[in-house]
Amino acid sequence: MSAVSKFFQSKFGIWSGFAGAAVALFGIMPLLLSGFRLGLFAQFLCYAIVAVGIGLAWGRGGMLTLGQGVYFGMGAYLMAMHLKMADAEFRNGPGAVPDFMELAGIRSLPAYWAPFASPVFTIAAILILPTAFAVLLGLAVFKRRVKGAYFAILSQALAGAFAILLIGQQSLGGFNGISRFQYFFGYTINDPVNQQMLYFIVAAVLLAVVALSLQLRRSRYGELLVAVRDSEERVRFLGYDSANIKVVAYAVAALLASIAGALFVPVVGIISPASIGIVPSIMFILGVAIGGRASLLGPVIGALAVAWAQTTLSEQFPSAWTYAQGLLFIVVIALLPGGIASIPALAKRFRFKNNAEAVEATA
Amino acid sequence: MDMLVGQLLTGLSTGSILLLAALGLSLTYGQMGVINMAHGEFIMAGCYTAYVTQQVIGDAGVSLLIALPIGFLVGGLMGFILEALLIRRLYHRPLDTLLVTFGVGLILQQVARDSFGAQAVNVSVPEFLRGGVDILGTTLPKTRLFIMALAIVAVTAVTLVLRFTPAGRRIRAVVGNRDLAETAGISTRKVDAATFFIGSGLAGIAGVALTLIGSTSPTTGQSYLVDAFLVVVAGGMGRIKGAVIAAVALGTLQAVFETNSTASLAKVGVFIVIVVFLQLRPQGLFTLRTRSLA
Amino acid sequence: MQNRFKPTSRALAASAAILIAAGSAAACGGARAGDETAAAESCVDTSGDTIKVGALNSLSGTMAISETTVNDAIHLAVDEINAAGGVMDKQIELVDEDGASEPTVFAEKAEKLIREDCVASVFGGWTSASRKAMLPVFEDNDSLLYYPVQYEGLEASENIFYTGATTNQQIIPALDYLAETGVKSIYLVGSDYVFPRTANAIINAYAAAHDIEVLGEDYVQLGGVDFSTIVQQVNASGADAVFNTLNGDSNVAFFREYSNVGLTAEEMPVMSVSIAEEEVGGIGVENIEGQLAAWNYYQTVESDVNSTFVEAFKAAYGADRVTSDPMEAAYNSVYLWAATVEKAESFAVADIQANADGVSFESPEGTVVIDGDNHHVAKTARIGEIQSDGLLYTVWESEGPIEPDPFLEGYDWAADLTVTE
Repeated sequence: MSAVSKFFQSKFGIWSGFAGAAVALFGIMPLLLSGFRLGLFAQFLCYAIVAVGIGLAWGRGGMLTLGQGVYFGMGAYLMAMHLKMADAEFRNGPGAVPDFMELAGIRSLPAYWAPFASPVFTIAAILILPTAFAVLLGLAVFKRRVKGAYFAILSQALAGAFAILLIGQQSLGGFNGISRFQYFFGYTINDPVNQQMLYFIVAAVLLAVVALSLQLRRSRYGELLVAVRDSEERVRFLGYDSANIKVVAYAVAALLASIAGALFVPVVGIISPASIGIVPSIMFILGVAIGGRASLLGPVIGALAVAWAQTTLSEQFPSAWTYAQGLLFIVVIALLPGGIASIPALAKRFRFKNNAEAVEATA
Repeated sequence: MDMLVGQLLTGLSTGSILLLAALGLSLTYGQMGVINMAHGEFIMAGCYTAYVTQQVIGDAGVSLLIALPIGFLVGGLMGFILEALLIRRLYHRPLDTLLVTFGVGLILQQVARDSFGAQAVNVSVPEFLRGGVDILGTTLPKTRLFIMALAIVAVTAVTLVLRFTPAGRRIRAVVGNRDLAETAGISTRKVDAATFFIGSGLAGIAGVALTLIGSTSPTTGQSYLVDAFLVVVAGGMGRIKGAVIAAVALGTLQAVFETNSTASLAKVGVFIVIVVFLQLRPQGLFTLRTRSLA
Repeated sequence: MQNRFKPTSRALAASAAILIAAGSAAACGGARAGDETAAAESCVDTSGDTIKVGALNSLSGTMAISETTVNDAIHLAVDEINAAGGVMDKQIELVDEDGASEPTVFAEKAEKLIREDCVASVFGGWTSASRKAMLPVFEDNDSLLYYPVQYEGLEASENIFYTGATTNQQIIPALDYLAETGVKSIYLVGSDYVFPRTANAIINAYAAAHDIEVLGEDYVQLGGVDFSTIVQQVNASGADAVFNTLNGDSNVAFFREYSNVGLTAEEMPVMSVSIAEEEVGGIGVENIEGQLAAWNYYQTVESDVNSTFVEAFKAAYGADRVTSDPMEAAYNSVYLWAATVEKAESFAVADIQANADGVSFESPEGTVVIDGDNHHVAKTARIGEIQSDGLLYTVWESEGPIEPDPFLEGYDWAADLTVTE
């Protein structure tokens, strides 16, 4: 083990790693980026939060979830409902109908919207609803030992079905989705100071989420999860219920996606079925794969890199970007399954091999 | 009563489309556990084969009949190349294969867009397939009858090949037990390549046939892929019989849901039914009994 | 049992909590609900010889098919204006951005054009979803969007100019035409999104008031290609006509199925509102010949302005290209913007808004005039028939331009639909 990686696994190293990341996120980035670019970066950080969850479920747990858009969407729509309720209440008093519903010809507030006037209820719903749904679905699927490719296809179909379902709901904005938010828990969204605040909140959540992921990885549970990934049968023979272990990782991934979705809404200002269907869901995977699915920071870095590349490259070469995306999927997954995170280790092995040959040659 | 017959016929017709799209998938997935996300793009390649053939030949009827075997070859070759270049290196990593083939699909879509334009192209329906036939009070377009017939022919052909030819016996041996087959001297590598060729070729044929009812554009394949996968999952790995029954059942289900609610809700309904169904039979309709623990 | 909570992780949790607290504390300086926020400072540079404007269309993704043609038309208009000396003696510099067929990308790129490229106005958008996504961006930054596509109405933003048709310039004339030709019953088929749903709400209200029976109303998800059930129901209903608000690839599958079961334009005509010259090729002329469409412009409109426009377009982009309504509306939008700027003698948003009323342009479809109140334009409505050469020919047109009425306030039967802002 190299001195560097040893350092970062020590207690002091982890502390300094977090401190460094905090300085970069809270100190350097706001100075470096214009208000518009900082908003964009906040959007990328939301994707990174989803990626941490996928890293846990897929990288550590071996469950390829092609349907994270579902949970991302749940969080986003729940938050959007609250923001819309708050906007309407501010303009027209309690119980007012959000503007897009008026346009759709809905005159009275649908009953299921009413509780979302409460910020506390909304936050609780964002944390609990997707997690509970994931637990139920996870139990249904994993207890019956549906896994591997079957699970991947099911989760993908789920994302497709969820997007179609949302498109049909006029009281949730239908195909257009929900947009035009004025206030975020009482703060004007269209205000540079508050936009920076939003960015700080997203960055802080990302750090917290990475810390949570680190803790899970180092716990006994994290070890069991990897064991299930590598040999589910053996874990079962040892007396554990492997389904429960998988359900927990799946639910945590869902929770993180939901939180990311909830933050995405005030940052970007719109959520629509186009952001959560089959294709966006599989794009979440790309970043994780590139960064290194099983590593702690790989998914974060990968997600940021892909989002950044998408924005800058697609500005200049829209068609070339599609080719690049396709090639990245092929090259990274076929040749570099460990992602960017595995490059140092690979390089070391390569050097070691060369050294060994050199030693043999001299002997 | 008329309504019921109508729904049943529509179900059969939708089912045969699903079956055509899923048949090749069922073969490759069942044989090697490979999820080929580029399968939809092979279907699309079949569509464009039909288009190019028609541009060259002109007569819609002749070109359709010629395009069918050419589509099989085009799809088959693409599959063969894909297997040789990528999939072969990724056995035992089914989830990675899924993602890699998704990347291949992305590239193929863009290739189609760059060479044929993003706008849908028109493949004319031959004169003898225009119009409909009245069956028990329901008008069924001749194109759909043609697709049903083609699905039946394809299933029969695949079944016969699997059952009665030496190559088919080898394929079945590898599906049954890969290691044992290898020990018995079967080259699993050759068998895999052959299976992939046939499975992808079937996608090509499906593509040619689907130009009769749908649009031919770079994203054509995607509209069939998810449904095709659901057919394979519900039908059970590698069982042609399962795929047939699942395709017809899903097609009918879709038609019944659609008549009684909306097309959008029908998709959601079908998904829920499949999840519930997998609760009862996690391995699909028909399972291959193996001694493998996985 | 191993200790689950190592000191490091406890410390990490604590530090995360501190970070979140710090983040929230940073908020204290921001504006709260009800506070006056200063309007964003415009960074448009009007000092040089050029003036920057933006074109925001989907150059990739599913909508690229249609939107690239609009982008071409915008470029054509800009080139023509520049060749004629520019706007207020400044050459127009066009900045292209790709909306990638995704609403979030539209919002993001709109903000980039306004805040980083400092453009004076933006031309583009196609789907309602993309417009709805961009609307808050243009309002918050107090900038201008010219939106060139027919849409579902019920909107009038200060910061958007709508140069395509609103419902009373497209859907209502189409219904009038059908009623005139003796249609007593119709069947509605549409894609599942806001335009078809709003259009069908209007159609239902119209039908109730005009003694027309609506025999069915079906929606398919966008991109859906299985029409067997729906076409069967349409066929069984025996309706006098079909009103089609499908979009994109679905049209191809729908018309194939329609002609495959033996339905024809004579038997049961289909009135479409999203099929223009561009789409006919993909559907196949033989499947759609004789069917009707409702727009404001066709390539075949007979006027000197239009033949010049079509020739210029073909010269720039190829003889096999066709021109369509959204392209023409986008082309007009650039000219309307330039005319308003000349009238206002300013590129400033407030000046353009104040001077827009009554600005007109002799366009390929005829005279179009901006309505300063609702920011729409007066346009001539035309019903077209698709003929064997793949082009649409006018079979009926309104007497002169129809005043835009996005909230349908001038129609008694629509009283229940209208929402006044």
